[in-house]
Amino acid sequence: MIIIKDNLCDFCGTCVSVCPVDCIELFESKIEIDNDKCIGCNLCVEICPLGVLEANDEN
Amino acid sequence: MKTNWDVIVVGGGPAGSMSAWESAKNGASVLMLEKDREIGIPVRCAEGIGGAGFEKLLEIDKKWIKTKIDKIDLVSPNNTSVKLKFDEKNIGYVLDRRVFDNDLAKLASENGVTIKTKAYVHGLLFSENGIVNGVKVNILGEELELNSKIVIGADGVESRIGRFAGLKTSLKMRDIETCVQAVVSGIDIEPNTLQFYIGQEFAPGGYLWVFPKGKNVANIGLGILGAHCNLGRPKEFLEKFLSKYFPNGSVLNYTAGGVPVAKTLDKIVTDGLVIVGDAARVVNPISGGGIVSGMHNGKLAGRRVAEAISAGNFSKEFLKQYEKDWHKAGGKNHERLYKIKDFILDLTDADFNHIAEKVSAIPMEKRSIVKIFKIAVWRKPSLILDVVKAFAGM
Repeated sequence: MIIIKDNLCDFCGTCVSVCPVDCIELFESKIEIDNDKCIGCNLCVEICPLGVLEANDEN
Repeated sequence: MKTNWDVIVVGGGPAGSMSAWESAKNGASVLMLEKDREIGIPVRCAEGIGGAGFEKLLEIDKKWIKTKIDKIDLVSPNNTSVKLKFDEKNIGYVLDRRVFDNDLAKLASENGVTIKTKAYVHGLLFSENGIVNGVKVNILGEELELNSKIVIGADGVESRIGRFAGLKTSLKMRDIETCVQAVVSGIDIEPNTLQFYIGQEFAPGGYLWVFPKGKNVANIGLGILGAHCNLGRPKEFLEKFLSKYFPNGSVLNYTAGGVPVAKTLDKIVTDGLVIVGDAARVVNPISGGGIVSGMHNGKLAGRRVAEAISAGNFSKEFLKQYEKDWHKAGGKNHERLYKIKDFILDLTDADFNHIAEKVSAIPMEKRSIVKIFKIAVWRKPSLILDVVKAFAGM
């Protein structure tokens, strides 16, 4: 499960561009991750320029 | 609001506006939809362009320009600075993208394009036989289904519109730069010079830029190759650089962003849909520059789309001509640049230092990008031809 850590997201779409299953939706100032679709590859976590996303492996 | 259009363009950046404008100019009814509240912001861009390429497409309006550029300065990992002067014909500019993007959209609207902002496209509509024929959009909170004959996906690095129609647009980690940028003021910078800092300390697998936006203010940012992002976050690298080089600078603006450094996608058309600009991955994979190539590419797409409307043929076979036109105009060169990118990624800090020292020994007026690469390719001489051709635009 990918969680959005804090309010630092700049809504730049970099995570969306690398997501292999297109499970991230980006609005003007809102980001939503469909964790049912997510395959846990963590590319979005790695690529985020600001380090806003985090993998929560407990779930 | 009208619910039937010839063309719906998703995204109001330069590639979107150019494609919309070109379609409308050739007779199509065009709606352009922008997700954000205003065309032109936020600016996720270092804003540098080559003047010659730009003016082939559009006459430059003075108010789009922040600074004229006549020099580049390449700084190697051990801080050797190599300056290159441009001749008059190859002058560059740092744009004011906020003003430029806004004006370009305005020009498109004056030529018949209808534009809406705060218009978020979250899906496509398909005909019974699976051909794209419209978009699902939320405009200012209202859910709408709008029909079109052709959709143009100009939705930037995210490139979801193409994906909705089955095109493979997701980027590999070695084909994207993860970037941050600050607009920094109150600093002493070289006027009229684009500075590039290269090496592991500044930006692994990318570079750090200082692009002047006028006296004492500059875009300062960097990109790290996705495949190298285990070495640190862009924001940490920028923090480190600013505190070392510009400790007294003020940050007026801070943005993040991704830059595709891929080959143009193999497929940029399908039935009832084309994609353009960053979404089609037409960015120069070495420099990360995508404004002029996106505009050029968007213009070619718009022209073919208008022809498709006139001919009443929205099939991928018909739209494929745009793919061919782009390959001929820029795509071929783009593929060469991509090969060179791979070569550059293999260079170590020691290689960069070696090249910088060699080039420093050449008098400034005799230096050129091609010469630098000739020195660089001592490890792989077969690349010389590709390098020369790529930079000569052949």
